[in-house]
Amino acid sequence: MQFFMDPTVTVGTKILEVFYIFMGFMSVYAGVRNLRDTTNKARYGTFVFWTALGIVIAFGRWIPAIADGVLIIVMIIPAIFKQVRKGTASDQSAPTESEVAANFKRIGMKIFVPALCLGVFAIIGALIPSISALTGCCIGVMIAAVILYAYSRDNKPQVFLNDSERLLSAMGALCMLPMLLASLGAIFTAAGVGDVIAKLVGGVIPKGNVTVGIIVFAIGMMLFTMIMGNAFAAITVMTVGIGAPFVLAYGADPAVIGILALTCGYCGTLMTPMAANFNIVPVAMLDMKDRMGVIKNQVLPALVMIVVQIVYMLIAR
Amino acid sequence: MDYLVLLGIAIVIVGFALKLDAILIIIVAAVVTALVGGIGVDGFLTTLGTSFVSNRSMAIFIIVLLVTGTLERNGLKTAAAQLIGKVRNATPGMVIAIYGVMRLVFAAFNVSFGGVAGFVRPVIMPMAVGAIEAAGHEPKDEYVEELKGMASGMENIAWFFGQVLFVGTAGALLVQSTMKPLGYDVDLLRMAVIEIPVAVIAVGVAAVYYIVKDARLRRKYYGDATDGGKTVAAATAGKEA
Repeated sequence: MQFFMDPTVTVGTKILEVFYIFMGFMSVYAGVRNLRDTTNKARYGTFVFWTALGIVIAFGRWIPAIADGVLIIVMIIPAIFKQVRKGTASDQSAPTESEVAANFKRIGMKIFVPALCLGVFAIIGALIPSISALTGCCIGVMIAAVILYAYSRDNKPQVFLNDSERLLSAMGALCMLPMLLASLGAIFTAAGVGDVIAKLVGGVIPKGNVTVGIIVFAIGMMLFTMIMGNAFAAITVMTVGIGAPFVLAYGADPAVIGILALTCGYCGTLMTPMAANFNIVPVAMLDMKDRMGVIKNQVLPALVMIVVQIVYMLIAR
Repeated sequence: MDYLVLLGIAIVIVGFALKLDAILIIIVAAVVTALVGGIGVDGFLTTLGTSFVSNRSMAIFIIVLLVTGTLERNGLKTAAAQLIGKVRNATPGMVIAIYGVMRLVFAAFNVSFGGVAGFVRPVIMPMAVGAIEAAGHEPKDEYVEELKGMASGMENIAWFFGQVLFVGTAGALLVQSTMKPLGYDVDLLRMAVIEIPVAVIAVGVAAVYYIVKDARLRRKYYGDATDGGKTVAAATAGKEA
């Protein structure tokens, strides 16, 4: 309660904390629903995963950090042992084609209004300093839900909760990848990984030459992403190891360098069969003969974009 | 000596390259780095807990899912299909290019229509193949194969570079969370604005590339570069007038 009374905390942060409690509830809801789904072969593990996650998201701020750490380990254990799965119960509540067609007939193109709500409110939130983009986005979600309810009384709270549970269960434990990678980055930093790489690479990259630093960071992001198949994993390692000591330490703009490094990584994603979800799965889904058929069509745009982004970084740093 | 703390990085790179379980890789790398780096078990749990809680912003995708499924239930995908279905008399390359622009705009608002499985296969490919037939040609397998590759490429490029325009996208949040322990504060809205020219150029380059490539393929397979004659005839007529 102290937190909510604290005048130094912005309104937006307080509202966001309420939304975190709600997200935690959604996660626990997914856990309980899976626990009750006897068709789920791993219902206990699935329950532990979503419930532990829900507790950390909802109440993490008030739980001692070390206990949060323990809860995350508790959450990860069933994930590692492949005990986070989905049953068939949630799929049964998936919308049928005829239901979607009937709803579309009634609502039509107006459906774009709630769909665009999230993005619009995120921008509005970002423009109001005491609110912030994330709180704005969450408010947008709530408004979108209200609009959907106004369109059709069938869109009851239960429908929203069950639809989101179905999508969460389908995503499974992998949806935690970005958050865990960010934590890994923090551990790298705490252990001094950045300093060691800086010392190691310092002989190769001239210290203080930001231009060379930017080029190495951008191309490194692309190559690391190609090897790892995941730009999110690459940005964690590369920012700690190369970005911070060789580019940001010399006063380059962290927002420009940080986000462009990520999209340099995306250029790597476009060129690697390691990113199977994007480059190999579509080959199967579209019945293509050439396994590299998607990648071949992406190499040229990806190479153009890496050059464009390096030039952009050098100009806007 | 202290080079040992790089072991964690090596685990991540090798682990991902070998396609081992991603969460297992991360936790092993984290534990190894913490132990080698002298943080200890308590320090590891505390760092993990602290950073995870301060990174809760990335859990925003959960609340977004609250409406994602229900939007689809109420016909979002059908509406999107009808929107792009309004495009008439376009070449296959144009269909793919227009899809890219539409995908980019909606991605900036975090709206997705289902990717290759949900949209390219059921909506875009039939439109592209339909455009070949409308021009009075038989869809040749090799040509359609190339169109599939281009449509998937457009899907990926527009989605990758479009989603970073959404204020609060996972990628930008990860950059923000990675920068914070390093001592840099970055603003979400600013990062989205920085990416606008990149996204526009990326989709523009891909669109032009696919339109040109498609025109070349049609010349190769059908001996013409026109889109069914009608529109080109109209365009030339317009120019002459």
